[in-house]
Amino acid sequence: MAEGVMTIAEQRDGEIRKISYELVSEGRRMADSLGQGVTALLLGADIKENASTLGHYGADKVLVADDPRLKTYTTDAYVSVIAELVKANDPAILLLGASVEGKDLAARLSARLETGMAQDCITFSLEDGNLVAIRPIYAGKAYAKVTFSDSTPQIATARPNVLTLNEPDTSRSAEIIDAQFTLDDSILKTKVVDVLRDESGKVDLTEADKIVSGGRGMKGPENYNILEELAEAIGASVGASRSAVDAGWRPHTDQVGQTGKVVSPTLYIACGISGAIQHLAGMSTSKVIVAINKDPDAPIFQRADYGIVEDLFKVVPSLTEEIKKIM
Amino acid sequence: MNIIVCLKQVPDTDSQIKVAPDGNSIVTDDVKWVMNPYDEFGVEEALQIKEKMGGEVTVIGLGPKRVTESIRTALAMGADKGILINDPALENSDALATGRALAAAIKGLDYDLIFTGQRGVDDDMGLVGATLAEFLDIPQLSIIVKAEISEDGKSVKVNRAVEGQTLVIESSLPAVITTQKGLNEPRYASLPGIMKAKKKPLEEKTLADLGLDPSQVGEGARKLKIMELTPPPQRETGKIIEGETPEEKAAELVRLLHEEAKLI
Repeated sequence: MAEGVMTIAEQRDGEIRKISYELVSEGRRMADSLGQGVTALLLGADIKENASTLGHYGADKVLVADDPRLKTYTTDAYVSVIAELVKANDPAILLLGASVEGKDLAARLSARLETGMAQDCITFSLEDGNLVAIRPIYAGKAYAKVTFSDSTPQIATARPNVLTLNEPDTSRSAEIIDAQFTLDDSILKTKVVDVLRDESGKVDLTEADKIVSGGRGMKGPENYNILEELAEAIGASVGASRSAVDAGWRPHTDQVGQTGKVVSPTLYIACGISGAIQHLAGMSTSKVIVAINKDPDAPIFQRADYGIVEDLFKVVPSLTEEIKKIM
Repeated sequence: MNIIVCLKQVPDTDSQIKVAPDGNSIVTDDVKWVMNPYDEFGVEEALQIKEKMGGEVTVIGLGPKRVTESIRTALAMGADKGILINDPALENSDALATGRALAAAIKGLDYDLIFTGQRGVDDDMGLVGATLAEFLDIPQLSIIVKAEISEDGKSVKVNRAVEGQTLVIESSLPAVITTQKGLNEPRYASLPGIMKAKKKPLEEKTLADLGLDPSQVGEGARKLKIMELTPPPQRETGKIIEGETPEEKAAELVRLLHEEAKLI
């Protein structure tokens, strides 16, 4: 019978990403209440020496699939290897990150293994030993509580930044195991030929701890420098509303909302954003929301923890100044 | 180059979503149904490739009769023909069953490339493209912001936006591409386009036509079960920061974020 929790660790250029530790932390909590173990699965090239940190967060075992062809994620290679290892280890629960990579992988795995998958979950619980998850739908306009039919593994992806990270315990060590798998070149139909890096060093909105976002009230692309300055002062990434993106002021990758990115930072500062329903949907799981808008009736104020009714061009630069004083 | 675009009909993103009294579905009375915004990028991209390389664009929708309107919209934009998979047994199907039905409809067709939206903006699963690719045993390329078909039509080079970087990926064809905003600017249907669309072929298929058994789809076949839907949790009413000047208000906000919220 299927048993235990397996988590898929995500790495980039050999470095393990934060979501991987969030998954192991959550997996540990689930496994403890089930009285079972946590196995983290790490795929990559020459990555074995990086595997031990997963143990600090709660993994009992780390299965390492090391192969030059697994250096950068491709759907066909990763799905083939993971499906084989999942079948061999037979976990009851399989957790992945709701990152671009994790969502792609979970979707194809679910089809290959013909088992249920819950995408982009924000809360997990166990009922009679079965996984129950809460996931926002309609970009957060409603929440669905879901569970699985009797097929295993029960696959779920977790939204970055929402699961509680365990305090790393460096005295805890996981058993590191070389995974045995086959990977036939003939099934590899896709190949990463280039990686275009974002040189700005900006943290992606979906992973950002703080976001400063600007909407139509910014009046034009040339004014975003005041948001960039505020963002730099507090270590935030800059986002935008759909109207700012559709006007061509900001790139598509910056859009927050139902047809853009759904974000969960600890601090979201909305500047000159009225709060169209499709925007609110994309940021309402932020822990603290600040709204700066000169229209007191803007719907954004109904979601904001702190609101300032004022011309943003007067407030934002002062805000940056005040923050610099205390940092 | 023969291209298939799968489309879904979803509530317009400006719609309020209300949970129905059964606690398991949403109220659809006042919903304005539109083509899933991500699917519009698929239709547009297919049309641009067809304009360059020739071939035919087929649009496939799945759902009740009303989905015909979205298929007609795609035909009015310039697609050549439509297929609607409509069978009462499909109601409440999950993505695995939807992918299975779409794959069954596509299997008999001559195709080089398939587009789907990266996700439906209703259930936000992002599963159908991958499921379809799995059942057709072809590669999937998800969250794509740029696609270039090779001159011989045998492969494609795509840009895939991941967190903080863009991967350039080459794949053999046929493949499934799931579209992301930024891929293109979808055109509007022209008036002559709308007139022409009325005469374009739109075929309806049932499960029996696809050789599928009702037990493979619908509520009973769901691998992921919905226990209940709820409105999102209400946020507590926040405070509006008072002050004589913008500078005072800014200072007070910083104090609150520092001392009360402890975020800076």
